[in-house]
Amino acid sequence: MGLLIDRFELFRDGFLLTLQLCVVAGLIALLLGTIAATLRVSPLPPLRAVGTAYVTLFRNVPLTVVMFFVVFGLPALGSQARFLAIPGLDILFPRLTIDLPYFRLTALALAVYTGAFVCEGLRSGINAVPAGQAEAARALGLSFVQNLRHVVLPQAFRASVVPIGSVIVAMIKNSALAGFFGLVGDLMQTADVLTSQEGQPLIPVFIGISIGYLVMTIPLGITLDRVEKGRK
Amino acid sequence: MAAPVELPTPAKATRKRATVRPATSVLYDAPGPRTKRILWVSSAAAAALLLVLGWYLVIRPLDEQGQFSEQLWGPIIDPDNASFTPLWQLIGRGTVATLKAAAIAVVTSLICGLALAMLRIQLKHLTTQRFSHLPQPVATGARGLTWLLNGVTRVCVELLRGMPVLVTIFFVARGLRQAGLHWPEMWFLVIGLTLYNMVVIAEIVRSGIEGLPRGQREAAASIGLSPAQTTRLVLLPQAVRVMLPAVISQLVVVLKDTSLGVLIGYHDLLWWTKTAVLNLNNPIQMYIVVGLIFLVVNYALSRLATWTQRHL
Repeated sequence: MGLLIDRFELFRDGFLLTLQLCVVAGLIALLLGTIAATLRVSPLPPLRAVGTAYVTLFRNVPLTVVMFFVVFGLPALGSQARFLAIPGLDILFPRLTIDLPYFRLTALALAVYTGAFVCEGLRSGINAVPAGQAEAARALGLSFVQNLRHVVLPQAFRASVVPIGSVIVAMIKNSALAGFFGLVGDLMQTADVLTSQEGQPLIPVFIGISIGYLVMTIPLGITLDRVEKGRK
Repeated sequence: MAAPVELPTPAKATRKRATVRPATSVLYDAPGPRTKRILWVSSAAAAALLLVLGWYLVIRPLDEQGQFSEQLWGPIIDPDNASFTPLWQLIGRGTVATLKAAAIAVVTSLICGLALAMLRIQLKHLTTQRFSHLPQPVATGARGLTWLLNGVTRVCVELLRGMPVLVTIFFVARGLRQAGLHWPEMWFLVIGLTLYNMVVIAEIVRSGIEGLPRGQREAAASIGLSPAQTTRLVLLPQAVRVMLPAVISQLVVVLKDTSLGVLIGYHDLLWWTKTAVLNLNNPIQMYIVVGLIFLVVNYALSRLATWTQRHL
């Protein structure tokens, strides 16, 4: 157990990096999911088809395959996901702008994958809004966009807090994959280095990184349960 | 002569489900002739725009990189290519390995998940008992023990549910190997997947059973069934109908998570693909193929889930 105290900084840094990855990926996923959900309810069939294709694709392909594709495929195409290196954000997320692309690539893979599930969460939220609301809005003469923006989406967001929250919990757990795809220093990769290269005993390392993940997932899960029960 | 007319029986009429109209269908009016024209034109415009975007953002850059070349695609689609047969043999072998691990993990997760759900329901039931037929110290002990066991299983469930399945698989593999068990990697993968998914399935089953009307359990108890019989004969069969779609969706998750095996060195579809990419140097093409294989299998499973939901 001494390992946990001696190498506390290592575990803390791992936790912070995993947290950063989750925040970046989560924000992009929310953005992508909202765009995809809007496409899926649009009146134009080609746009609907694009939304549906995106969701079907990423709901059915494992994240591992997406990671392989993004992390090894994109660089082969000459892209290092530089577009994520937004100036100013490097104060919060220093890894976004460094030369090694793996933080950006793994965050991108995680976000694109999670976006499909966010879209499904939002759509279930939109479907939970009583049809009368949209009908009333239309009777008032609101256009499709106004209807979505002022009436349906605000209610849909509230109804989709729980489904999207559980998507985010799943994403935090999925972020463990990043450590195997070149991201140096997150919880999972720290565990790998400590146990295989340094030959540290398994149990303390396991406890250390478990705490790192559970600190994020369990409080979120409990909050979601509360919210869900409070609604009923 | 009048043909006998078959009247719809009331039973048939009521079996038709009340459909909830989703809000998405009322966001806009049923289009009139003018709106129809506008929709047609804007659909065509959107389609054209998407095609142009696709051409400029995806197809052209890929083509400029030579990603459509015969050299990269040949081994995958050209039967005359020297690598074609061995490559598809590897893909076949990998697919079989992945499906095998997934199938075993599904069966073990289902069995363990059911058992865990039963255990938790039983324990929860026992915590309401006062054991008053036993002498005082024994009864207090028994009550303490059931509370303790209930708490312990609850904590274990929460912990396993909150952990990334990859961490579970990773430490199961490392730990068992360090303990001197040199099993094939598949079993480590199966154990890791089972540990995580049995908990999820147990929660689905438990919420399915606890969602049933109280009267079911009370009626079963009043005709003299034991708690175990109540669960097995009365509650479980009814709960299965409610939870089957959720369980099938969870099976899609298991199949997707089986792909994590490559990270602990299991020779599955992705492992063989990785090996092939090392030799053929065509990551984009190979991962597209692997993605398609997963897509087809999982899509079929998801359709099955939707179908079951509709027909139960």
